[in-house]
Amino acid sequence: MGRILLGGRLAVRDLRRRRIEAALLLLAIMAATTTLTLALVLRDAASDPYQSTREATNGPDVVATTIKPTELSGLEKLASAPGVIGHSGPYPVTPAKLQASGRTSDVQAMGRDAAPASVDQPKLIQGSWVSDGGVVVEAAFAGALDMRVGDPVTLDGRSFEVVGVAVTAAMPPYPGGSCLVAAGCIRGAIPADAGVPARLLHNPGLVWLTQADVRRLKPDPGSVSYVMNLTLADPDEAQAFADATPPQSPDAPFLESWEEIRQEATELAKDDQILLLIGAWLLGLLAVASLSVLVGGRIADQTRRVGLLKAVGGTPSLVAAVLLAEYVLVAIVAAAAGLAVGSLTAPLLTGPSAGLIGSAGTPPITMSTAGLVTAVALGVTVVATVVPAVRAARSSTVNALADSARPPRRTGWLIAISARLPVPLLLALRVAARRLRRVVLGVAGIAITVSGIYIALILNTFLTTQPLAAGYDDAQVEELRRVLLVWMVILLCLAAVNAIVITWATVLDNRHSSALTRALGATPDEVSAALAAAQVLPALAGAILGVFPGGFALFAAINAITGGDSDRVTLPSLWQRLAVVLATVLVVAALTAVPARLGGRRPVTETLQAEHA
Amino acid sequence: MSNVGDTSVLRARGLRKVYGKGEGLVRAVDGVDLDIGTGETVAVMGPSGCGKSTLLHLLGGLDRPSGGEVSLNGRRIDDIGEKALARMRRSAVGFVFQAFHLMEELTAVENVELSALLAGRSPRAARRRAEELLERVGLVGRARFLPSALSGGQRQRVAIARALSNEPLVVLADEPTGNLDSAATLDVLRLFEGLHESGQTLVIVTHDARIAATADRLISMRDGAFVDETRLSGGTTGQLGALVGLED
Repeated sequence: MGRILLGGRLAVRDLRRRRIEAALLLLAIMAATTTLTLALVLRDAASDPYQSTREATNGPDVVATTIKPTELSGLEKLASAPGVIGHSGPYPVTPAKLQASGRTSDVQAMGRDAAPASVDQPKLIQGSWVSDGGVVVEAAFAGALDMRVGDPVTLDGRSFEVVGVAVTAAMPPYPGGSCLVAAGCIRGAIPADAGVPARLLHNPGLVWLTQADVRRLKPDPGSVSYVMNLTLADPDEAQAFADATPPQSPDAPFLESWEEIRQEATELAKDDQILLLIGAWLLGLLAVASLSVLVGGRIADQTRRVGLLKAVGGTPSLVAAVLLAEYVLVAIVAAAAGLAVGSLTAPLLTGPSAGLIGSAGTPPITMSTAGLVTAVALGVTVVATVVPAVRAARSSTVNALADSARPPRRTGWLIAISARLPVPLLLALRVAARRLRRVVLGVAGIAITVSGIYIALILNTFLTTQPLAAGYDDAQVEELRRVLLVWMVILLCLAAVNAIVITWATVLDNRHSSALTRALGATPDEVSAALAAAQVLPALAGAILGVFPGGFALFAAINAITGGDSDRVTLPSLWQRLAVVLATVLVVAALTAVPARLGGRRPVTETLQAEHA
Repeated sequence: MSNVGDTSVLRARGLRKVYGKGEGLVRAVDGVDLDIGTGETVAVMGPSGCGKSTLLHLLGGLDRPSGGEVSLNGRRIDDIGEKALARMRRSAVGFVFQAFHLMEELTAVENVELSALLAGRSPRAARRRAEELLERVGLVGRARFLPSALSGGQRQRVAIARALSNEPLVVLADEPTGNLDSAATLDVLRLFEGLHESGQTLVIVTHDARIAATADRLISMRDGAFVDETRLSGGTTGQLGALVGLED
């Protein structure tokens, strides 16, 4: 117990002593935990509008569809099946071509009674319910075609007037939706040479008419399908009910549970989730790189403390535990903060579909979500800190008490190559060679960031040029873009902080050698250029690796995990890739210019005397 | 004040360096005049904190004076930019520090050739010069050793070799034996004796009378100012040289 208290006390005191570094550590881990939380809870947040719509419309637990009028008896039998406590319909549904404001779209026209139904009564958000000659349009479909109450439309050449706009929970909002007609439906963008049968409805919307109007549209009863909405005694059994009623024949009713409808209604949130998981993964990796640099420097500054602990009897494992304790503490706080921020901001990221009512709410944090986020925070921290902590714990007690700085690494071949280069590059290579691990972490950080940019370029181009290929309208594309922007901004900010921290660590680590080099005749500009080049050259390497193989590999992994079709996307062109590499190098040069300049102009005598003292 | 006339390689007039202000004002160097002739060895002695090291830094352009002038080879260096000062240091001044200040990750020969590389010499020429200098200081067999594998005296000899790399006009040594044992001190003494005989201009700040004994002139410093100056006749050929074991 005493050791635990000791470790905790030392951890807290050290964090208090270096607040800025502790804050940087916290931010690095929190970037990953917040994004991961968003990814995990977004779908739950997006479910709220569907739930609100279901309550407002007395949404069905199961929607049964038959495309053969001769199988109507099958539908009617379902109405009295065990567990069913209410129903509405069967309602006729027929395919039609709708023309409005010069635009033509396929629709599924459903015939409804003028009187309200007990199960699935679509809620009007504009106008009035169906009447002869009047059509009510599903809200998301109306928004996509910019239709309003009073607009004239035609259905298969017959004139109608839009009398209302409504939402329903019996079908996912446009451009999603269930296929209720015998002709069949196809969604998304269709290539011109796809050879799709003309009779298939393409991205059909949903409209409601009177039953009489539907029959007038399609006088042939054989071409009409039927829909029945069921309410169960236990709505949670809806999926089991749908699964337990297998089709006796290919023409038997098709059953869809409310959970399946909700799943498709929140499909956008699922894609948001995938984007956020990509972001969380990249941020997690970047956090490991950032933490490794920060922690390495902090532990190096704690050399004397390590010596004291060992001198008074601390074992290497106790010393390592004490060193790790403060970072574990930061990780736990970062996990909690990430969970809080993520769940509070999730509703801001996912707006409701135009086809649903209500807004996304703050989703509850489940034990599994909290556990996973905390595990990731701890994992990132342990990976970044275990090597420096164990190294410090195994160091010589005498050397630690003398607070001897860890000697720089010697890389003979780099030193030999550098002798042949101009002075700034000679010095830059030797600066990099002194701490190769830090250089590798810098390269990794840039590679991770650039691979994220590469993916963002691909996704942004895809959303811009082929939104319907993903089955989205403009508002939904904007939401996906917003999600993409969120994690890109976080990634770029963390990468920028990483670059600045690495530069400062390099400048401080090279105080003595910079002062000595200036005493031997290097100009301040040469030393500053060397310190900057020591960051820019690894950034160039990282940017190239981030494009290839980093970006390629990440894109292939995403396709493999999501089952995406890589043939549908356009990879960044050569000039785009070169532009990303160049921009990365320029940004790193700009970020590191100030620390490098300051590092090249520190007073020589003060620095040499301080090192000697 | 000594007047070495037209052969002055290093000259200071009214040299001052102050730190702080008001009641905290410290005059580290207070109105120093100095002329050092070509080939002359000058030792500066005084108690700790008297301003010896600060004087050396001002003479070598490592620090800026608060007032007065410093001239090296007839050219003022107190009013030139940092870039020009750096170029001056690489070609005209060699420094030897008490703490050696070697790069820990470079071998002895790589430490010595660094000055030449900074001055733009080709790697081959710089390496050749470094090996010659290491032979001169008796360390050619240690050329590939890291500083951590060298004794204190050996490290200081590497530092002296480095200071000579670009054939400087003057070598400025700040307490070169301050961190050395007696045996190592004698090795360094002999090196300075050899440099003096070869005509190298030396300014040595020291607490050590044995080092001072190798000089042509001994300047005593107190509270930032020169208080005494003694011409040592014959340098190490005087009685003091024999006493410190430099005479056979």
